[in-house]
Amino acid sequence: MVLILNLITQGAQMMLVLILAPLLLGYTRKLKARLLRRQGPPVLQPYRDLLRLIRKEAVLAENASWLFRSGPYLIFAATWVAAALVPTFAVQLQFSWTADLIALTALIGSARFFLALVGMDVGTSFGGIGSSREMMFASLAEPAMIMIVFTLALLAGSTQLSVIAEFMQTHASLRVSLGLALIALVIVALAENARIPIDNPATHLELTMVHEAMVLEYSARHLAVLEFASALKLLLYLSLIACIFMPWGLAPAGSGLEAYAIGLISYLGKLAVGGFLLALFETSIAKMRVFRVPDFLGIALMLGLLGMLLRFVSRSF
Amino acid sequence: MSAVTLQMACVAGLLGLAILAIVLSGSKFSTAIIYSASLVVSAIALIGSLQWLLANHAIDAGLTLPIGLPWLGAHFRLDALAAFFLVVVNLGGGAASLYGLGYGHHEPTPGRVLPFFPAFLAGMNLVVLADDAFSYLLCWEFMSLVSWALVMAHHREAGNAKAGYVYLVMASFGTLALLLAFGLLAGPAGDYGFVAIRAAQHTSYVAALVLILMLLGAGSKAGLVPLHVWLPLAHPAAPSHVSALMSGVMTKVAIYGFIRVVFDLLGPPTWQGSVVVLFLGSITAVMGILHAMMEKDLKRLLAYSTIENVGIIFVSLGLALAFKANAMPAAAALAMTAALFHVLNHSIFKSLLFFGSGAILTATGERDMEHLGGLIRGMPLTAFTFLAGCMAISALPPLNGFVSEWLIFQAILLSPDLSQLGLKFLVPAVGAMLALSAALAAACFVKAFGVSFLGRPRTTVAAGAQEVDRWSLAAMFILAGLCLLIGIIPAPIIDMLAPVVNALVAERMPVQFANPWLSIVPIAESRSSYNGLLVFLFITISTLAAIEIIHRFASRAVRRAPAWDCGFPDPSPATQYTAGGFAQPIRRVFGPLFDAREDVAMPAPGDTTAARLTIRLRDLTWDVLYAPLAGAIWLAAEHLSHLQFLTIRKYLSLVFALLVILLFVLMLVMLVWS
Repeated sequence: MVLILNLITQGAQMMLVLILAPLLLGYTRKLKARLLRRQGPPVLQPYRDLLRLIRKEAVLAENASWLFRSGPYLIFAATWVAAALVPTFAVQLQFSWTADLIALTALIGSARFFLALVGMDVGTSFGGIGSSREMMFASLAEPAMIMIVFTLALLAGSTQLSVIAEFMQTHASLRVSLGLALIALVIVALAENARIPIDNPATHLELTMVHEAMVLEYSARHLAVLEFASALKLLLYLSLIACIFMPWGLAPAGSGLEAYAIGLISYLGKLAVGGFLLALFETSIAKMRVFRVPDFLGIALMLGLLGMLLRFVSRSF
Repeated sequence: MSAVTLQMACVAGLLGLAILAIVLSGSKFSTAIIYSASLVVSAIALIGSLQWLLANHAIDAGLTLPIGLPWLGAHFRLDALAAFFLVVVNLGGGAASLYGLGYGHHEPTPGRVLPFFPAFLAGMNLVVLADDAFSYLLCWEFMSLVSWALVMAHHREAGNAKAGYVYLVMASFGTLALLLAFGLLAGPAGDYGFVAIRAAQHTSYVAALVLILMLLGAGSKAGLVPLHVWLPLAHPAAPSHVSALMSGVMTKVAIYGFIRVVFDLLGPPTWQGSVVVLFLGSITAVMGILHAMMEKDLKRLLAYSTIENVGIIFVSLGLALAFKANAMPAAAALAMTAALFHVLNHSIFKSLLFFGSGAILTATGERDMEHLGGLIRGMPLTAFTFLAGCMAISALPPLNGFVSEWLIFQAILLSPDLSQLGLKFLVPAVGAMLALSAALAAACFVKAFGVSFLGRPRTTVAAGAQEVDRWSLAAMFILAGLCLLIGIIPAPIIDMLAPVVNALVAERMPVQFANPWLSIVPIAESRSSYNGLLVFLFITISTLAAIEIIHRFASRAVRRAPAWDCGFPDPSPATQYTAGGFAQPIRRVFGPLFDAREDVAMPAPGDTTAARLTIRLRDLTWDVLYAPLAGAIWLAAEHLSHLQFLTIRKYLSLVFALLVILLFVLMLVMLVWS
């Protein structure tokens, strides 16, 4: 009975991230538009876009291979699994120990690996440019992420996200290493989600584009699945930042409905705040040149390394 | 028949096959006979060693043959460490034999490969089994020479002669270092048996010297930077299944030598030693993968990536040394398990990738990725297995490469408890280098797969590529299957490694097989755990669910049309990204490490010649270390050459003067000593 309840909670989390992801996207788009004094599309527009896309006929390039057709589903699945393993409203769910933070990073890496590959499948110059730049960004963003994970793990004594969240709930205090990790994680999150100043999610025909260049050849249901995956990824990073640095309200293991409800409401609140900050940040900064990005990501890597080094040298930082 | 006798019988069988290959040379069936017999012998040796390892024998089996030094004999012994490496060697050997059954038929000169192939397998088996310094060195040298012969199999191809020459020089240098190391270990009494060496007490400066010499000797064979220069030349020069053996297995035999001496024979380690190992290992990992990233020759890319993986293994061994020196046995066991796990993993996926490159070579005759492209359409099965290998080597879950990388990261997380400040500063940097190399590996293998298999064919041979034969495919599918199987159920492998690790660091990792859901939990569940099986199941289920839902509710209509490419598709395949183009952003970021130069030759307006972009990269170790060294040797040789033309009188006085000087030096040494 307990097992079934636990499975239901885990399943609820999986569905929750699925439902919320497009909403978060629509919400940030709306906020951005409002900050620019535009009306903006409705908050529910991403759902409509997805529905519209899956009803269309898929157009495949003549030489598209099996990888091109199956890639979107794999990318979606890896991202979804990763997103569902980040605590949203409760910690210590049934399968929370399946993959720790390192494995989570690697799962996102798997999704990126396939995204870069499908970008090269048709053999167009745009796909290549997107894949090549994405992998360059990743080659700096991923080590930065691992450094952040190390800093947090050394602090909490665990790489399990639930344990880290619980630790932050009970032992939270201002620490230098935590501050460094937070800044680094925000930079990584911006890079991973192809947001301004790394990449512009709103452009389609610009030579500096990265993510959009890789999915340029996709249409209809395949594009819908890919768009959904990138929405999930945004949600994933916001949930990650929320559960580590704002762990308030997370329901402990095996608690009742009431605690879950509180957890859910606080999670929605955190997403609202996170989305607002993202929109605010994006409207107040310009996109940077592509070869400035390594410097920007280098900052994240150095901050992560510094945070880890501090933890190695002394336990009080 | 005892286990060690069985292994030695297999070795004898392989040596017999080498002779048989000479006898059969020219026969139509020689390829099939030799490879199938090698396959059978390797399979027997594999099963024997695996059974021995799993049965967890406490008593080591030894065997002494009345050959070698008269007062010593040749000692061979099977212990847990040897048994594990025999598994690695014979798994790789068996797979290469299976692959050779198909691939060998494309060999233009089978007479230059067939005799050496089983002899090479025998040599690697013998190094692992040897139990005294003399047999060890003899077998090591035999392995080096036979592999040199295989590197020179296609000696007329451009560059191969140079590769063979550099390999020979570096192998001799490595053996010299090993010779000195064993000389120091045996001490003035000169007892060369491993049993005596293990029992002897080694002073701290002997131990330090031996560690350095082992890093030079075993490190040069394994490809440790800066001794790696021969590896990207020699490994690709051999036929592909031999490249697989050299990269996947022979580097592991070198690592075996390092582990055997440093962890087993040398006695308690010092933390200073681990600093050297960690430093060299992390430099090796990053430089190896950066060079691989810049490479456009597929086999050279794989060889450079071997250097990276050797670096990762040495980092893990360095961690084990540091933990052992600090009396942290549980952490040392974790690091050692991670190192050995990565040894096994790398031998599997690197063999698989070299087989893939061999398949491409068979189908197109090309190694240069910039002449390939679009192979996924002509060779879907090879593409599938190559993709699995790329994912595994990029450490992506749920495949096997991730598990060992994850274990290494877990070991790094235990290192704040190390007491020395030097290590406290070094280990985080090493962790960062390791993370960097893992991320670059993913970029490198996106490039390798993307440029060779995806996109449009860049040449007519790539367009006409056909799937390879069944034997080759079988070998590749078996290895790809192993990558997945070990990745999703790593617990039995960790348990299998337990006796090996226990023998080396006097501790083992907790039993993993009993964990619920087959998770792996290195220390405690609240600390870290990973479950490859569930990750695999989740990904499979959600992929299938997504496909099912999409196909039920979405339009299923598909139309094929020309590529979109923002409305301006160019029919020429030259407009695709090339290997060099793909690496360009990373080359910009890490350029100073290669002294990268880009020269653009732009024709004047009105001139219709094509513009040219020339990229020059340099291996700085070659320029900084080897070129001056070679120059100095050349200079010395030139200045000394007039000694060749002296009169007898002058020679006699030279000898006399030298004797006097030597005696004088000896006297000084004696004075200092007393």
